[in-house]
Amino acid sequence: MRTGIVIVAPALIVAVLASAKEPPARRRSVERDARSFATQYRRPADIPNPATNAASPERLALGRALFFDPRLSRSSFVSCASCHNPAFSWADGNARATGDSMKTLGRRTPTILNLAWADALFWDGRAGTLEQQALGPITSAAEMNLPAERLVSRLSAVPEYVSRFKAAYPSEGITAATVGKAIAVFERSVVSGSAPFDRWVAGDARAISEDAKRGFVLFNTKARCSQCHMGWRFTDDGFQDIGLPGEDRGRGAIVKLDETQHAFKTPTLRNVSERAPYMHDGSIATLEEVVELYDRGGEVARPSLSDEIHPLHLTAAEKGQLLAFLRTLSSNDAAVAIPTLPR
Amino acid sequence: MRSLVVAAVVLVLGVGSAAAQSRFVVHQEGKKFVPSKLTVQQGDTVVFQNDDAVVHNVFSETPGFEFNLKRQPAGSSNSTKFSRPGVAEIRCAIHPGMKLSITVR
Repeated sequence: MRTGIVIVAPALIVAVLASAKEPPARRRSVERDARSFATQYRRPADIPNPATNAASPERLALGRALFFDPRLSRSSFVSCASCHNPAFSWADGNARATGDSMKTLGRRTPTILNLAWADALFWDGRAGTLEQQALGPITSAAEMNLPAERLVSRLSAVPEYVSRFKAAYPSEGITAATVGKAIAVFERSVVSGSAPFDRWVAGDARAISEDAKRGFVLFNTKARCSQCHMGWRFTDDGFQDIGLPGEDRGRGAIVKLDETQHAFKTPTLRNVSERAPYMHDGSIATLEEVVELYDRGGEVARPSLSDEIHPLHLTAAEKGQLLAFLRTLSSNDAAVAIPTLPR
Repeated sequence: MRSLVVAAVVLVLGVGSAAAQSRFVVHQEGKKFVPSKLTVQQGDTVVFQNDDAVVHNVFSETPGFEFNLKRQPAGSSNSTKFSRPGVAEIRCAIHPGMKLSITVR
């Protein structure tokens, strides 16, 4: 940690001083270069709303209640929000998740930001839809550990849930499937707000620094980040082995091919500077160290290592610019209201 | 090498077979298969052309159609022949959003 600060801080100082002295023509050139990539990162106007589980006020309110309700775990002590805590950008801030039995799990809790647009959910992509994903941790013995039958009987014993499910899903009532559907409706509403980067994309040239603009150009060129972290969510929902040590086969345990071994889902970079620690196993404490890992071309060379991973040869100033850009992706979102739960 | 390629083309065109065999090209473009649905005849060959700047893969786990064309670098192509009727679901192992359905008649 101390070493990281010593290395990065001079780079940032040099970069800031350099940009302060820059002539206007050079600044315009940086803006022009960065602007050439901007259209690929424009935010969508609407949230996807699948016809098979269309959002409604009743479904949204029900899903919100279920998401924050600890009765969805065997102990009645852990809710979805225990790990996907809105105060931690919808993650938990820990290196690895904790299950209902207080046992530390193998992977880090991913944020649920912007999942309405996501494909193949979880670090290993084992859920094809948000409706399937929402039920996964609830019924997983290692996570919330509440079997589907017990989930249904527990909720059916709460009169207000009975009426709210009836209002939200009149022909279905309380089933494991409607629990997943309601939570999915709520999760689709969890969208990161406008960040300085978005304001720059929308046309405000002063919304981000000159260093951040240079970092954005690097992100799309020399640093090759956009090969995977593409689009406004900064992920292509793909799976890559980025060369982290470990025995976890990730996607390779689901799709058993040579190409998927040790591959994990490319995470979103929205609010990334608020979501340390990093990587699927929480093994990297700071964003500075993440950039160093990619600059080295990963830690482990093995047959499944992604073709996108190789040494980048970034200078100290370029690393500082890349970090300056990544920090423009954080939105100052309003506090989330915790619902009063049905009794 | 060139003579081998020529030989392969002659075989694909179905010398001595009752029905003419065709080649179809599916592009890997913007991390999508284009087109995303395709109908071919038994014995036809589908060429996968990677027009993206990233590595792709083409595989199928549909029973009876299992294959894996391994890593496919940017700008390269790969192909496979469809010899039995049915519907093969094709995916990219790296980018699961790439989905292609091939109906073989």
